[in-house]
Amino acid sequence: MTGSLIGIFLTAIFIENFVLNQILGLCPFIGVSSRTESAVGMGISVTFVMVMAGVATWGVQNLVLVPYSLEYLQTVSFILIIAALVQFVEMVIKKLAPALYKALGVFLPLITTNCAVLGVALINVRRNYGLLESSFHALGGGLGFMLALVIMSGIRERLAISEVPVAMRGAPIAFITAGLLATAFMGLSGLI
Amino acid sequence: MKNNANLLNELTKGIWKENPIFVISLGLCPTIAVTSSMTNAIGMGLASMFVLVCSNLIISLIRNIVPNAVRIPSFIVVIATFVTILDKLVQAYMPALSASLGIFIPLIVVNCIILGRAEAFACKNSPIASIFDGIGMGLGFTIALSLIAFFRELLGDGALLGYKIPFFADAPALIMIMPPGGFIVFGLLIALKRNYDLKGKFTK
Repeated sequence: MTGSLIGIFLTAIFIENFVLNQILGLCPFIGVSSRTESAVGMGISVTFVMVMAGVATWGVQNLVLVPYSLEYLQTVSFILIIAALVQFVEMVIKKLAPALYKALGVFLPLITTNCAVLGVALINVRRNYGLLESSFHALGGGLGFMLALVIMSGIRERLAISEVPVAMRGAPIAFITAGLLATAFMGLSGLI
Repeated sequence: MKNNANLLNELTKGIWKENPIFVISLGLCPTIAVTSSMTNAIGMGLASMFVLVCSNLIISLIRNIVPNAVRIPSFIVVIATFVTILDKLVQAYMPALSASLGIFIPLIVVNCIILGRAEAFACKNSPIASIFDGIGMGLGFTIALSLIAFFRELLGDGALLGYKIPFFADAPALIMIMPPGGFIVFGLLIALKRNYDLKGKFTK
């Protein structure tokens, strides 16, 4: 049991990395990865929301939607849960840790439209994960997102001071770098 | 007459001048995730177009009733409703497409293009103009996806729409249909388009 939980956790970080293998959450990956500081902030908030969303959507799916055979409301209810959760997290952080709130500021509301968060919830349902498995999968997914974001921001800080052809500057070179990073991550696929 | 020209303009701007992928860079996740074959790309493009047209129409119809403060949540509910309808339709009538697109069909709900058009166009314009805007943007999205998928399927699988192409099928570069290939092809294509735009500026 614990073995399979660790397996799900490590697979979500390294093998099925949300950004580089499943290709979810690209907008913040390209948008917020130009500085390491903001990459860490975004990574932490996404991980936090992802775990909360993983648990909350598991509850709604198994305690409300399935018993009353309302599965067709899945998409609508999940997106509303995530939106409400992001709002709630925003209020809690604002009250309890004003300094952290200031540092994350703009990134928090953006998480609602991050497809990695809804992706984690949908994958949990499709794979029939239990509560513990869902939360470990969400935690691994969030940490994997943060890992990809932080590596990318380190490379982009170097790219900013190097000579790149005019047409390749900004997004194009970022995507090609992401492609090379994804190739490197494919090498980890034999890990487990 | 002027009215017709306007509608035509709403239709064509999405294809080149304001192409959602190459110019505004919205909706990047499906762009790379589902373009490993042209069949998937066209399926995804048409699916998004369906949601885009329907949600643009409804949002444009309700734009004067919905209070400004709850604008975004109500738009999201409208979009999610159409995504659910689409998801069920595809599952029932096109099970193969549903299996290969996987979670990317329900994920259309968080595709920034759709909420972006609702916010930027449909909530300010008449229903008919919004339908044309939806069709145009949907076509632009479909064409962009197909273009990326054209290169990826040809190089990575040696095939187009599932049919093997001689010469390319001899030694396909598998990496092109895997995630890294998507990133690289997409990066090169936006660089190409930007190069074209820059050259235009210099010669003027």
